[in-house]
Amino acid sequence: MSDIPAGQVLLTTQDGRPLKAALATALRREKLRALALIAPLLIFVLITFIAPIGDMLFRSVENNIVPETLPRTVVALEEWDPATGQAPGEAVYAAFYEDMLIAVEQKTHTRLGSRLNYEEGGISSLFRKSGRRVDDMDPAVPFKEQFIEVDDDWGTVETWRVIKQFSSDYTAGYFLNAFDAERTAEGVELKPENERIYLYLFGRTLYLSSVITVSCLLLGYPVAYLLSALPLRSSNLLMILVLLPFWTSLLVRTSAWKVLLQQQGVINDFLVWIGVVDNLNRLVMINNQTGTIIAMTHILLPFMILPLYSVMKTISPSYVRAAKSLGANDWTAFWRVYFPQSVPGIGAGAVLVFILSIGYYITPELVGGTSGIFISNRIAYHISSSLNWGLAAALGTLLLVAVMVLFIVYDRIVGIDNVKLG
Amino acid sequence: MSALPPYASPLQRTWHYTFRLICGLIFFFLIFPIMVILPLSFNAENFFTFTKAMLALDPAGYSFKHYYDFFTNPDWQQALTNSVMIAPVATLLATSFGTLAAIGLSQSHVPYKPAIMAVLISPMIVPLIISAAGMYFFYSRIGLQGTYWGVVLAHAALGTPFVIITVTATLVGFDRSLVRASASLGANSVTTFFKVQMPLIIPGVVSGALFAFITSFDEVVVVLFLGSASQKTLPWQMFTGLREQISPTILAVASLMVAISIVLLTVLEMLRRRSERLRGLSPG
Repeated sequence: MSDIPAGQVLLTTQDGRPLKAALATALRREKLRALALIAPLLIFVLITFIAPIGDMLFRSVENNIVPETLPRTVVALEEWDPATGQAPGEAVYAAFYEDMLIAVEQKTHTRLGSRLNYEEGGISSLFRKSGRRVDDMDPAVPFKEQFIEVDDDWGTVETWRVIKQFSSDYTAGYFLNAFDAERTAEGVELKPENERIYLYLFGRTLYLSSVITVSCLLLGYPVAYLLSALPLRSSNLLMILVLLPFWTSLLVRTSAWKVLLQQQGVINDFLVWIGVVDNLNRLVMINNQTGTIIAMTHILLPFMILPLYSVMKTISPSYVRAAKSLGANDWTAFWRVYFPQSVPGIGAGAVLVFILSIGYYITPELVGGTSGIFISNRIAYHISSSLNWGLAAALGTLLLVAVMVLFIVYDRIVGIDNVKLG
Repeated sequence: MSALPPYASPLQRTWHYTFRLICGLIFFFLIFPIMVILPLSFNAENFFTFTKAMLALDPAGYSFKHYYDFFTNPDWQQALTNSVMIAPVATLLATSFGTLAAIGLSQSHVPYKPAIMAVLISPMIVPLIISAAGMYFFYSRIGLQGTYWGVVLAHAALGTPFVIITVTATLVGFDRSLVRASASLGANSVTTFFKVQMPLIIPGVVSGALFAFITSFDEVVVVLFLGSASQKTLPWQMFTGLREQISPTILAVASLMVAISIVLLTVLEMLRRRSERLRGLSPG
């Protein structure tokens, strides 16, 4: 105990341990106990949720299908340079023949064909056609001639360039596709204007989400203001009108809008009855952007009202009274004194509604038609119909990044600890 | 705004009532779509609009046939059974794990708290289509895709953030000296948990469980990708019903679900009042 300055007493516990060490042990035990309580859920969420998301991120760059199906060809292609403008030599074709024999036996060549078809149209049928003929090839004749005889495409630089390009284990191809770009001989370029769909779809998702956010704000602000100004008894009663839609199933609300907005639906019937709309020219309000905007504004409106209300509830009415007593009229008092204090609520509500809306799938799918769908609908299409999983994963990754950025903004404004429900 | 002062000018008076009218219209917009399906679900015809007989309040215009179809059609009954089998198990998992974790997170010394919180809350933030895509790929690899447990685990994961948030909110007002008092009186930590802590945080746990239940009972995107035909839930059946052939039975199902949400809302409101009473505040 030589490091203790003279005259200072070392505090110890009853059993003689230094108090500092005893405290540290107790603290460590407490930390471990807290972690032990959190651990089951943390492990559960990591396995059931975070791992799948990670898997998806990985799938957006993963590309082992070419090296797995054509291992020898990949090695042989290493020496070939597409810039020469010449098709590869006989060695590549020989390696390709060996790979194809095995692939045809395991029936993996069609899978490879459909994968490469995402990059270059027509390769899928080329592989299927060649797969049928490869068994009959004669090892004595040069394979290059025999393959070109099956299909002229085997003699072109383009076909081999695509195979070589996708012969590494990882690819940026899906991401390029998701950005409507492609790799050409001159480098990365945007696709021709008429083939661009994803940039447009991302743009529309952002645009529709903004429109929905703004309409939620316009409708939500007066309601939140009224709720916060009324005495508690009546505001609690009116709050039920906000909470009931909040608690009602998403599908119930979407089906309600489908029923209301149809051409033979309640709203059109009513408009025809009062004579605003002619029976033969009923309004088209569904299966287009109008349908998506109306239905999603209704669905997300409570998510705007609740944060706005909780901020407005804290604004003291005495500031507005003070402004008025100093000569401000109603509008000035509201705009210069009340409104600035409600801005945090607007920020919280708007970011929340925007985050929720850019990821929406069900409502646009049911009421959006073709012009009102979001990027999510395209992701779903690639998973369940076109089976281009890599592209679905790349689009999903981009959407996830967008949401994460917005979420960090939300965290700065509100803080995730302050999220309130109901 | 709340009350019009007696000295208000005519302009202020007009604005006061105009503002109330605007708010009334917005409330109408919020509630009308939900309420309109209730009478429509008793339509005697297979229409989605009011028939002449309904508007004339003719009893012949109304019938229970859509409800009858819901309760006798094997597709809908299978979907109902599946929902009832999946949601409670997912709720149980989410609530038990979530409550423990929330108690852990409320301790004063938790290392890496922000990172842990971000991971635990993430299922609520990530768009459902991304969760569904990721789970579809990953669960296919490990053989859970298309199984009952696959759907249950996914739904439990989606429900946990709600449990964490509601229980954490209750724990903020929890007096930790009660735990020390209980320990000083000789209770072990398990007894303390069930006899002292649990009764006080139970409103938060119950409302978290309700949120988790409704998340699973209402969820359609993940189950569409992760489930097979034998895990078809009520929302799944509604979704296909709406997308492929619009069957009027949907209106009956929707009305029943509105009734369920009214019950849930009432339970939550009662819980809120109870906890306010316990904290010595008068319920509003």
